[in-house]
Amino acid sequence: MTTTETPVDNGVNVEALLGVRDALPGTPEIAKFQWRSTVSWVNGTHSRSDVETFYGFGDEQQHHTTFSYDIDHPLQFAAQDKGATPVEVVLAALGGCLTAGVAAVAQQRSIQLRSVRATLAAEMDLHGILGADPDVRNGFSGVTVSYQIDADATAEEIQALVAQSQKRSAVYDIITNPTSVTVEVH
Amino acid sequence: MPSTTTVIVGAGHCGLAMSHCLAARSIDHIVLERAEVANSWRTQRWDSLRLLSPNWMTRLPGYRYRGDDPDGYLSAPEVAAMLGDYADTSAAPVLTSTTVTSVRAAGGGYVVRTDQGTWRARTVVLASGAAAVPAVPALARLVPAGLTCLTPVGYRNPGDLPGGGVLVVGASASGIQLADELHRCGHPVTLAVGEHVRMPRTYRGRDILWWLDASGVLDQRYDEVDDLVRARKVPSMQLVGSPGRTVDLNALSSAGVRLVGRLAGIADGVAQFSGSLPNVCALADLKLGRLLNTVDAWAGAAGERFAPTAVHSTPLGLDLRSGEISTIVWATGYRPDLSWLHVPVLERKGRVVHDGGVTACPGLYLIGMPFLRRRKSSLIDGAADDAAELTTHLAGYLDALAGRRERSAS
Repeated sequence: MTTTETPVDNGVNVEALLGVRDALPGTPEIAKFQWRSTVSWVNGTHSRSDVETFYGFGDEQQHHTTFSYDIDHPLQFAAQDKGATPVEVVLAALGGCLTAGVAAVAQQRSIQLRSVRATLAAEMDLHGILGADPDVRNGFSGVTVSYQIDADATAEEIQALVAQSQKRSAVYDIITNPTSVTVEVH
Repeated sequence: MPSTTTVIVGAGHCGLAMSHCLAARSIDHIVLERAEVANSWRTQRWDSLRLLSPNWMTRLPGYRYRGDDPDGYLSAPEVAAMLGDYADTSAAPVLTSTTVTSVRAAGGGYVVRTDQGTWRARTVVLASGAAAVPAVPALARLVPAGLTCLTPVGYRNPGDLPGGGVLVVGASASGIQLADELHRCGHPVTLAVGEHVRMPRTYRGRDILWWLDASGVLDQRYDEVDDLVRARKVPSMQLVGSPGRTVDLNALSSAGVRLVGRLAGIADGVAQFSGSLPNVCALADLKLGRLLNTVDAWAGAAGERFAPTAVHSTPLGLDLRSGEISTIVWATGYRPDLSWLHVPVLERKGRVVHDGGVTACPGLYLIGMPFLRRRKSSLIDGAADDAAELTTHLAGYLDALAGRRERSAS
């Protein structure tokens, strides 16, 4: 009798990622990346963000196409609702980053994923952005991420996947830790 | 210029273990010590510190504990006395008050300069310790003037601190012990917690280190682990050398210590803490669960499990100028001091590149680093196996050198 084991495939090329890590000690400069976005005001609170190029692996790089994101505010803010609000884009980025991490870590740990769904919610007190209470910050007062994951793994292994994904997530780090921001006008 | 076969730099437990193994093979050597044997145990430990491993585990080549308290934990003066006796009974050739100022490769061997003269040696063993100096993060320079800043190397007892609140940065062995001690002395303590290794003092009725020793976890070799780089960076276990007493984050927070996230920045005098506290606690809980599963798989049947680390809502900022905090304790780890090593074996961050303590420069060895050859390499009990294997390698290198010289002579 022969048993055939289907190899785990979450669509992540872990070998390529590990190959980059192995190359780092000899060529640490390839790790220097710069991410970019160009944002143009359209009208009202509506603007469009284009993402096209970045720098990394020692050279200028390009997405295979230009991605555009409309950013606006909802009708309830007396706006035109031409796109998600900036804070929702932040949530989308966090969920996208963590979920990519879940897939990559699962691949490396030979865990086959069947479905992964993250529900994100962020609490905010409008007193902050409206300048109505100096003790309230502009940003989120808290973020919760709730995962539903169906995979060939124990509950503990799935918890470990999600924990490891947070540990290696850029957006999770950006949100949980301070980042210096310089805004110039030319 | 006097010469010897091997110079060992440092007369701590690793240097002395190495000396013992070399002597057993009649390999001529000296041990250079900047002060006296076990110097760091005499001068760089706080008063209440005890070894994290129990007395029965305090084993070195040719030495084991024979006292009447095998389950106790040695104090720093007791460790210093034990190592002094060990050096005496081993008749280790230690040159005390001899500070190494440089080690360079020369003529197929090494030239070791000290403040007491220069030695030539075929081989050198770096045994000056992984914890020679405190590793304080660069952001410490942003602490507002007027606060008292301490490290575990300089701290002796609570009398060193002014009254008022204390921010302990780091929640590994040193940080949790100092947070516990200062809280008990009446200081309001805030503990900044990054990645940590949660550990109960006892499990299934025995010291946790008994289980890790008996089940072979501590014997896991450096060439068997998946990610050695990471394994070598794992922080020290949250343990205190006190029978039956677990000082984990739950114990600290229920006693009244305030937990906050990793110290991520200081801006305009305000300390900023990471929002990652729930995840670092989840990681540590999961890791502990896996470790206990490993122990259970070896022991059979399942032991007790510990409550998940409780994380309450924590402040993300703390104004260091408000007077609430008067002292910061940097329990942020330690690093070696190899500023005198002028041999090209260092990587870009100044760490020695080595394969289980064997460097790429023939005849240059390193001992006493975390996970050097085994998980237990960072414990006193790890020195025996590491020293024995490095001595075997070193002896093989000397044999090869002698063989080459004979062949070239004939």
